[in-house]
Amino acid sequence: MKEIVLKTKNISKYFYDPVQFQVLNDISFNVYKGEFLTLVGKSGSGKSTLLYCLSTMDTDYTGELDILGDKITGQKPNELADIRNKSIGFIFQFHYLLPEFSSLKNVMLPALKLGKYSPKEIEERAYHKLEILGVEDQALKPANKLSGGQQQRVSIARSLINDPDIIMCDEPTGNLDSRNTQIVFEIFQKITHDFGQTIIAVTHDLDFANKSDRTIELADGKIVATHLN
Amino acid sequence: MQKANLEIAITHIVTRKKQTLVAALGVTIGLSIYLFMNSLTNGFDKFQNAETFKSTAHIKIYKDDEQTKPLSKYENSRALIINSQIVNNSKKIINPLQLISIIKKEPYITDVIMQVDFSAFYNKGTAQVKGTGNGVNIAEYNSMFNTQKYMKAGSISDLQNNMNGIILGSGIAEKLGVRVGDNISVSSSFGVGKNLKIVGIFELGSSMVDNAKSFVNISTAQQFLKESSSYVNTIYANTVDYNNSTEYMNRLQQLTNYTVEDWKTTNADIMAISSTRNIMFGAISFAILVVAAFGIYNILSSTITQKINDIAILKATGYRGSDVIQIFITEALIMGLIGAAAGLLLGSLLIFIMQNVYVGGPVGYFPISFEKSLMMESFLIGIFVTLFAGYFPAKKAADVDPVSIFRK
Repeated sequence: MKEIVLKTKNISKYFYDPVQFQVLNDISFNVYKGEFLTLVGKSGSGKSTLLYCLSTMDTDYTGELDILGDKITGQKPNELADIRNKSIGFIFQFHYLLPEFSSLKNVMLPALKLGKYSPKEIEERAYHKLEILGVEDQALKPANKLSGGQQQRVSIARSLINDPDIIMCDEPTGNLDSRNTQIVFEIFQKITHDFGQTIIAVTHDLDFANKSDRTIELADGKIVATHLN
Repeated sequence: MQKANLEIAITHIVTRKKQTLVAALGVTIGLSIYLFMNSLTNGFDKFQNAETFKSTAHIKIYKDDEQTKPLSKYENSRALIINSQIVNNSKKIINPLQLISIIKKEPYITDVIMQVDFSAFYNKGTAQVKGTGNGVNIAEYNSMFNTQKYMKAGSISDLQNNMNGIILGSGIAEKLGVRVGDNISVSSSFGVGKNLKIVGIFELGSSMVDNAKSFVNISTAQQFLKESSSYVNTIYANTVDYNNSTEYMNRLQQLTNYTVEDWKTTNADIMAISSTRNIMFGAISFAILVVAAFGIYNILSSTITQKINDIAILKATGYRGSDVIQIFITEALIMGLIGAAAGLLLGSLLIFIMQNVYVGGPVGYFPISFEKSLMMESFLIGIFVTLFAGYFPAKKAADVDPVSIFRK
């Protein structure tokens, strides 16, 4: 039996604007340590909404969410921020780097907040993460001077800086060409299989999904299929 | 504070130098004008008080006119005396030395003198000027009012033991065409006339005083009033703090039956004008500071609108709402500190320029000075206003919902 890192029990969510609409309907599943999980579905199926509920940023749902054995549902915003800082990394379709800061600084920021290491150590660790992603030569450039593929790799490095147990991605390859998509995929393989971290990625790229360990398919806010690839 | 927050704030400030300077400039102008205007009113108040205390003591004790009162105390009953009048014309303070020794025991009293005032007519040939004669011990009087400083001619010490000497206001001397060493004839409303020798001429700069007032020895004044050598009609006292005079007045009033009046009561009109002026200037200068605060508010608001993605990502990676508030408050504070420091310099420059403006008359150079406490006050108000203006945009940033940003 593999170790469960994230668990949902009967998660449901409604949108009220413009009309009441059930966007998630009784979602329950487990995610295991070291797993590369993808969430797929048509536009409007609720896959991104589900990811943001899992991310602890959206707290407006019913049901229960457990991360690393702790109940997340009902915790206060500050506690949730601390959990995100320590245990969850994020990668977005639009890379969302802070444009005035260097790549290195962007990677360092979550670690400076965590404060587990000294700034000097954090800098070394951040440089090391950039090395893993092959963009160490861009470390001192301002983030807005980088190409899209480089920016996405820097943002992956940022998501890894605090060695989180779970990395959540919203369309991580949605804005990349096939070569960069391949690079990102290989990195994800390495993160999950070599480092034992868990990835939950929302994608509409079926090739990408088919190469992941497991794919959960959503339609109209329900889980309609689960494939082990 | 977290070092990362400080670093983010500084990076925002450094990469947006122009906006930072515009916001800081607003504070600079607001604060310098606040400092300048308050220094103006303070300087002018001080000047005005100094003018007042040239001839007015902090506290005056005298016998007020007494009115006859109806015998019946009850409302709606018939009054027995209906034609109310002043009962007694004597302004004599009985046993003044005892009263003075009682007053002197009060810890807040610094100086007490007694005085004999009378209505005087100064005559030279056919010319006559009406005024007030003041019988004083000139040495004591000088220690309270520093009269020697305002002597135009002659010396106060010449009056000391000269029973036939008089010190005249410059206005009287001019009207009568007399100089030090001349004799004039002075008469009182009691019909007593004397030939006195002018030993000095003073000028306080207030025509009301200079055209009417003269000093003689107490015993000379007593003779003008046909009174005995124990007659005194006014006691003046100075206190440790003239701003507190009303409280001292109330305390002294419990010690004596005579009327105790402080300078604020005597000069109620001046006090009303000066407090009106202070409120007016205060309101104007504060309004300017508020405008400066809006500058900060505006620039931080636009920063936050532009940086909303950055705020969302910071919150996603674990920065708390309080961290975001810290970041933007720090930015406001940096803008405020730069602006306030420059504002103090600019305000000081304005004060310096104003100090060299010659107004003329008894005022001379404009009465304005550097006051540390006012500078501190302006600085603190400037920073406070900045923080206040920074808080609302910062709170707005802290309340950003990252999900709504990421899902756009």
